[in-house]
Amino acid sequence: MSEVLLVPICLPSQPSLIEHVSAQISRAFAATVSVRPHRFDPEVAFDSSRGQYNSTELLAQLLDETAGSDTLVLGIAGVDLFIPILTYVFGEAQLAGRAAVISTYRLDNSLYGLPANHRLLLDRLAKEAIHELGHTRGLVHCNQAVCVMRSSTYVEDIDLKSAQFCASCGQRVRAPTATPHR
Amino acid sequence: MSQQQASILIVDDELSVRDSLLHWFRKDGFNVATAASATLALQALEQGPYDIILLDIKMPGMDGMELQSRIHALNPKIVVIMMTAFASVDTAVRALKQGAFDYVTKPIDPDELSHLVARALKERRLEDENSQLKETIAELSSADFVIGESPAMHKVMEMIRQVAQTNATVMIRGESGTGKELVARTIHANSARKYFPIVPINCGALPDSLLESELFGHEKGAFTGANFRRKGRLEMADGGTLFLDEIGTITSKMQVDLLRAIETNEVMRLGGSRPVHVDFRIICATNEDLEKLVAEGRFRQDLYYRINVFSIALPALRERREDIPTLARHFMGKLAMEMDKRVSDISPEANQKLMAYDWPGNVRELANAIERAMVVSRTGIIRPEDLPFTVPEAPAASAPASDSLADMEKAHIAVILGRTRWNITQAADLLQIDRATLYNKIKRYGLQRAEGSETDASGSKPT
Repeated sequence: MSEVLLVPICLPSQPSLIEHVSAQISRAFAATVSVRPHRFDPEVAFDSSRGQYNSTELLAQLLDETAGSDTLVLGIAGVDLFIPILTYVFGEAQLAGRAAVISTYRLDNSLYGLPANHRLLLDRLAKEAIHELGHTRGLVHCNQAVCVMRSSTYVEDIDLKSAQFCASCGQRVRAPTATPHR
Repeated sequence: MSQQQASILIVDDELSVRDSLLHWFRKDGFNVATAASATLALQALEQGPYDIILLDIKMPGMDGMELQSRIHALNPKIVVIMMTAFASVDTAVRALKQGAFDYVTKPIDPDELSHLVARALKERRLEDENSQLKETIAELSSADFVIGESPAMHKVMEMIRQVAQTNATVMIRGESGTGKELVARTIHANSARKYFPIVPINCGALPDSLLESELFGHEKGAFTGANFRRKGRLEMADGGTLFLDEIGTITSKMQVDLLRAIETNEVMRLGGSRPVHVDFRIICATNEDLEKLVAEGRFRQDLYYRINVFSIALPALRERREDIPTLARHFMGKLAMEMDKRVSDISPEANQKLMAYDWPGNVRELANAIERAMVVSRTGIIRPEDLPFTVPEAPAASAPASDSLADMEKAHIAVILGRTRWNITQAADLLQIDRATLYNKIKRYGLQRAEGSETDASGSKPT
């Protein structure tokens, strides 16, 4: 992985947030990270009956507008995401694919009636970004307690794991051609 | 069962639901397949087994409720989770009554889905463990045990005791029918691995290509006819013991693959890309001269050293004739129960015939002979005429089998017994030994009275 393109989607301007995520992705994957605004209309992914954005549709849009390139693309959305069968998702990625999308919406403490914690939000977002990009490298969920590829059901689960890959997942990520972990 | 090994089938007529769940579960490491209708789901079930099925209740054609009852009839072990967009207590109760594991309403909360699948997997694992334990108990309770009072068998039992509790690889040698698999099972049953399976495989009975797939398993599509993924015997023996019978017959390639699996405790399924870690103990058996095969370059020396850590040699039955009556009685008792036939004894004449025979097929042949005798016996007692073999005439008194002291002694005792018309007291007097010693020697040499000779009225049993 040499290049990752970050695309903010409906995200209020927060330079510190993008900088932090860029730095963490760059560290985790030894990749060059660039940022570019989206060219599609995010409203195509909006489901008015649910008041949420369909993450699968956002992925399709991200892939569409980067078609022909082999750059990995990560959308960072400031809105709540869902896939049709689930009530919400923190993010979605193509397994062994090229695109991923994550959301800040449910990572923010204030959603749960707790005092806002910007530092915690940054950490959670960076972990989710590395986690979803890990999926694009073919990694599946890992059982190691602190591995960033461990599945997070609740937002607190994200706080329990680290932003690092375990030895086994790290080895797979660093492999010249990452293969699905199965 | 880990997630990486579990398989899920998603049945829903909505593409977006199928796709969402497919990708969701794949990221959890499950093997996932989808079906757009009940008919396609039933076809998928014919192709391969699934651990969990997520099933939409409302589908065109055959609905989820009908499909669920068909799945339950096909395989009640499959965990079925019903999904519906239209929750109603009635349908939920009906689904649960029909055997569904649980019921969720669409859209599903991610945490609910995670917990549900974790619970379903646990349920499935417990089911599997339960049936495995039942099989193990049934196997243990019906298993034969190593039987014999001869010094040779005492030595074997002592060796089994020594090695059972260790994790050492064991090589069991002995002629065909001496009970090599029984010894392997006894070692396993006395080891810390006893709650896990012992998986036997006869390497000599399978062609090389089939043996490879049997031992290592294969992925779906690994070769023509590999319609679904299959675990190999090595994986099936996880936690337990793999018993490789006729190890001397495997080809050079299999020797290399087996050595690698033993050294790394990892197996790679045919067509697979990821090694699977397996915890197994190996017990091998052979009736071939492995050392000769190694010297001739037909068996790898490194594999030979790996599997020949602890060697147990089983004596042929003719080398422990004193165990024959005990073994015969054991088989009679066991078969009487199995056949529900009242055969309660073996006549002294039949015992002598059993003792005199050479048993080239060893204990297996003895067991078969007793079974046949029990089938034909009409009196409730096994008599010589019920036994399916003939004992060659005892060698003429003047012609011992060889010049060995034992054969000379055997021939001489036969002469004296003939002279005294099997009067044990007189014969013992003439031989200047006590009656107990004479009985022992008769037993050891398998001497038997010629038919029609008179019974020794004074020859009481030794004390």
